[in-house]
Amino acid sequence: MTLITENNDVQTAFAPEEPVIVKRKKKSIAFKIVAYVVCIFLALLSIFPFWVMFINATRSSAEITGHPVSLIPSNHLAQNIEYITKYDDFKPLRGFFNSFVVSAGTTICAVYFSTMTAFALVAYEWKLKNAFFTFIMAILMIPAQLTGIGFYKFMYQIGMTGSFLPLILPSIAAAGTVFFMRQYMKPSLPMEILQSARIDGAGEIRIFHTIVLPLMKPAMATQAIFAFVNSWNQLFMPQMLLLSAKEKKTMPMMVSLLRGDIYKTEYGSIYVGLSMSVLPLFVIYFLLSKYIIAGVALGGVKG
Amino acid sequence: MEPFENENGAVDKSTTVQAAEQISAEAGADSGRRRKSLNHNVFGYIFSIPFVIAYLIFHLYPTIYTAILSFTDAQGLIQEKISFLTSDIFANYKRILDNATFKEGFWNTFHIWALNFIPQMLLALLLTAWFTRHRNKIRGQGFFKVVFYMPNIITAASVALLFNALLGYPVGPLNGIFTGLGLFDKPFDFLDNKVVARIVVAFIQFWMWYGYTMIILISGVLGISPEIFESADVDGASEFKTFIHITLPNLKPIMLYTLVTSLIGGLTMYDIPVSITNGKGAPRNATLTNTIFIYNQVFGGSYSYRTASAASMLVFLVIIVLSIFVFKMLSDKDEVREKKENKKRMKEFKRAQKIQQQGGAF
Repeated sequence: MTLITENNDVQTAFAPEEPVIVKRKKKSIAFKIVAYVVCIFLALLSIFPFWVMFINATRSSAEITGHPVSLIPSNHLAQNIEYITKYDDFKPLRGFFNSFVVSAGTTICAVYFSTMTAFALVAYEWKLKNAFFTFIMAILMIPAQLTGIGFYKFMYQIGMTGSFLPLILPSIAAAGTVFFMRQYMKPSLPMEILQSARIDGAGEIRIFHTIVLPLMKPAMATQAIFAFVNSWNQLFMPQMLLLSAKEKKTMPMMVSLLRGDIYKTEYGSIYVGLSMSVLPLFVIYFLLSKYIIAGVALGGVKG
Repeated sequence: MEPFENENGAVDKSTTVQAAEQISAEAGADSGRRRKSLNHNVFGYIFSIPFVIAYLIFHLYPTIYTAILSFTDAQGLIQEKISFLTSDIFANYKRILDNATFKEGFWNTFHIWALNFIPQMLLALLLTAWFTRHRNKIRGQGFFKVVFYMPNIITAASVALLFNALLGYPVGPLNGIFTGLGLFDKPFDFLDNKVVARIVVAFIQFWMWYGYTMIILISGVLGISPEIFESADVDGASEFKTFIHITLPNLKPIMLYTLVTSLIGGLTMYDIPVSITNGKGAPRNATLTNTIFIYNQVFGGSYSYRTASAASMLVFLVIIVLSIFVFKMLSDKDEVREKKENKKRMKEFKRAQKIQQQGGAF
């Protein structure tokens, strides 16, 4: 079977069959060697930095100075953790908590309200519907960084800096999530069920909560992962809004403290701090990588 | 419901984010749909209210406000009254355009973006070609996809600091490896060299994003109708030729989408360059980007909202112009070519007619 298909793209049809097949076989082996070498190299390139990070988190600064790269962990993890939490600024638990509040709030707002907006776009016929959808597509790509100055000044004027709310509430209008939810909902929401629920006397708001939300669970889960991770990784907005609120620093903000002079020679503790900041993401990723990759393939995240 | 089939077809395509096609397909689906009673449909508006309100307050108003600030004298943490510039309304813009640091930052940003995007797209295309082959299938694709995409999900600030540690000077893993292998005589301070520092930032971006681009492109290839590939196979086209002549042209819309999103992300790049050195674009402004410049205008101590907002608006404008340019350029190419060919054909036809007439005359 394979021989026949492989023969298909052989241009020299008149050449004797045996050598051609051998040639193709050789060629395909060569291709496979090259492809696997490149792929394994890239895989190592992806893993290596994190490997060094996690291993060095368990090693003492003296060990790291002697041999910066090691394959085997050491036993100085507790010591490194002690050193890094000794100072006032870097508080991993505080950072976790703050990041979690912001990310969870953002995720709930983004997923719930985006599903609602998508429902409006899919289930009803209204005059401005198409215009509204076109509008959502148009604002899909506007980067928050460029309107951040006006946003910050506005929040400063109404006294919202130093609060988590300006980081959470804008996600009620998450154009990318709406777009994704709508694409998912359009073919999979059976209008007949909505109709029969109406006949049974259910109100539209109840229909949304008892029929639409459960049906949309898979898509909501995918979007929830991305919303959570995206929010967790944010640096620019929190850094502007929470700059002077010491107790409200998120994890990525705390990470930048590791550049400080206190840790200049405390290599082990820097790696511990970094490991702590990314550990939740690794857990999420390795539990849900299947769904995340599938979600990316659907174009569910913005670049 | 007969529109269903129609809609399913549209959604399959939608996975490839072909917005324009999507809209036109929907227009067809909508018209076929039965009209429902009006009192329900008012909920279309009601369910859109939260989005619209949040958009107006948290997105639109800040955008307009940024634009307004760029025409005012807004400066300082506590300012009683902000007023429009009277003598020269574009003074802030002129100041920014005359600012050497802004210009340097702009070129840095573009530079770093291009340095990351070109190899990223090439590698993603190569891997896509390999992973979608019909013969000689590569095993372990699922594993490779998971590993290649992994850096993308990790906090960029942490990644940048991790690379800062890996490139440590004089003691650091990379210096350790390179001196150990005998490639370097003595440790090298990577992040103190302007060119190397930029390459490092571009490399991190590349490293974080090629997996994402690859997955998007692979899903694009899977969205191409299999019949085209089958007929190419029957015609005896080689894998390479099939990729060049069938896969690539069909991937154009997705590559375009990737290009535009990457360009927007690239021109507003912040997390990595701000985290990898001192947060101010060290060494010697080599990694200073647009967004770092804007941030420092306000939080660098001077609270110069006026210049920060003008710089924001300029970058915004560049992004809009470039996006439109990219879309126009890539979508019009075929049309232009078609027009040219039509003209050519017309000429040939006329010439042929002439010859015929002349032939008839002789």
